[in-house]
Amino acid sequence: MAQKDVLVFMESRAGQIKRSSVEALSEGRRVATALGGSLVALVAGEGARTLASQLEAQGPDRILAAEHEALSLYQSEPYAALLAQTATQTGSGVILLSATAMGKDLGPRAAAKLDAGLAADCTHLDIDNGAVRARRPVFSGKAIATVRFSGSPVFITLRPNVFPVQESPGKNPPIEAAEFTFDASLLRVKTTRLEASEGAELDVSEASVVVSGGRAMKGPENFRLIRELAQALGGAMGASRAAVDAGWIDHQYQVGQTGKVVSPNLYIACGISGAIQHLAGMSSSKVIVAINKDADAPIFKLADYGIVGDLYEILPRLTEEVRKLKGNS
Amino acid sequence: MKIAVCIKQVPDTETKVRIAADGRSLDETGVTFVVSPYDEYAVEEALKAKEKHGGEVVAFSVGDERVASSLRTVLAMGADRAVHLKDPAFEGSDALGLSRILAGALKAEGFDLILFGKQAVGTDRGQVGIRVAELLHLPHVSVVTHLQWEGARFTAKREIEGAHEIVEGDLPVVLTAQKGLNEPRYASLKGILAAKKKEIRVVSAADLGLDASTVGKTGAKTSWEKLELPAGRTAGKILKDMDAPAAAAELVRLLREEAKVI
Repeated sequence: MAQKDVLVFMESRAGQIKRSSVEALSEGRRVATALGGSLVALVAGEGARTLASQLEAQGPDRILAAEHEALSLYQSEPYAALLAQTATQTGSGVILLSATAMGKDLGPRAAAKLDAGLAADCTHLDIDNGAVRARRPVFSGKAIATVRFSGSPVFITLRPNVFPVQESPGKNPPIEAAEFTFDASLLRVKTTRLEASEGAELDVSEASVVVSGGRAMKGPENFRLIRELAQALGGAMGASRAAVDAGWIDHQYQVGQTGKVVSPNLYIACGISGAIQHLAGMSSSKVIVAINKDADAPIFKLADYGIVGDLYEILPRLTEEVRKLKGNS
Repeated sequence: MKIAVCIKQVPDTETKVRIAADGRSLDETGVTFVVSPYDEYAVEEALKAKEKHGGEVVAFSVGDERVASSLRTVLAMGADRAVHLKDPAFEGSDALGLSRILAGALKAEGFDLILFGKQAVGTDRGQVGIRVAELLHLPHVSVVTHLQWEGARFTAKREIEGAHEIVEGDLPVVLTAQKGLNEPRYASLKGILAAKKKEIRVVSAADLGLDASTVGKTGAKTSWEKLELPAGRTAGKILKDMDAPAAAAELVRLLREEAKVI
């Protein structure tokens, strides 16, 4: 039955398939196998055919590539039309996307075209009696909801950095051209260009290590200490709402309920007391480290490791130790 | 310019979450309800657009009696009137149902600009604004951090990972607001007094000509089967009373050898 088939939208930016999409494809393999269906990967945009050839290790049964003038930069309307058309043509019952900026924009629009339900930013999927159930953090991670679907197809966006990448034997399917009809002249809103953010650093939501600074940073200049440790660890810099609202650092770095939700392998909170607002954004991190002068700070209740002490003394030492370690390995 | 702003009433972000007896919803005892923070940016942008282009700002919200207080807040900030979509048939609506209700109410009036917050805090779905755009056959731009006008033509910046997409277009359009777009104003005393005299029209499914089975619990394509608190974390190793070099070296060792994350 075709409704058992799983379609995964593969996001690419700057000529690269995103790792979070590979995670989604890997989870798609697991879901398709559990449902007894096949796995279809859809790659869109400039150079889609070339990118599609990178997917064989995740074992999709079919690979579709869509190249079209309206797909060169991401734009909601043509991409949503493509995803909905492909879902219909392939008769897929489950459509997976990564919950990135693109996936969060594309998923709802495509789902709306098909009158389908969508569960956003999920962290776990299971199959119960041939139906998919999704677990997702709600109230910014303060609770976990289990979502049940009715109707078919269903759309699910998956939180990046949560689902493991597992290789499965390559089936080497031929790369097929996706059927796609879209009249670009009807496009009413256009993405004209991309503008790299200041510094163009690794984004907190995509990093496997995040080092964040809070109120104790006292000013913008001290974020240098955070940035240096983050760089030594190959990670990204983050901040608490207190630091963002004080104007020390841009909102794009904010982790928490009104910022970004992250789940890196390692999260280091420096001078962050652990307001519920902040905990909501990082409590699903795999390992949490807290560095704070106040031994009673709530962040220590969540931390796997912590140092009670002055971050101005500790951070430079930590950076030095990490550099030493990385230098030797 | 005819401007709509759609808001949702949500539990305050400081809320300590407790699970209700049914095991699949929030225990609302003692919870304070507020306008969802991202919706405040949408309201501010609506008011700014009116100041620039003239016209009218109409606020919309779906929900029970309690929601009227949030609509009143938006009227106090400066919206001209409000539409309260209230019907027992709306209860239990998912993102799909909410978008059907809102699209039904919005299409009757023909707005040039429709604003939403990028997501409601709480359910954190981020779907309704985008779905409304699709149902109304309008383009949308989501997660907007910057908006500039040149007559009726706009340029929006949309936040993505480590960059912004620059999106240009003409009205009508649906936009969803991200923090950073503006600094929402507080309601002035004068605004609060004026809001008391402004109209909040109550609208039902029948008023919209909506088939009640396509919204609410019966129309929902997603529902919460279970709501639970996340697993607690076990107590960690906290290094105290060590000098900075020793603590730093020990932490790096633990992260390397025990946690194996670096």
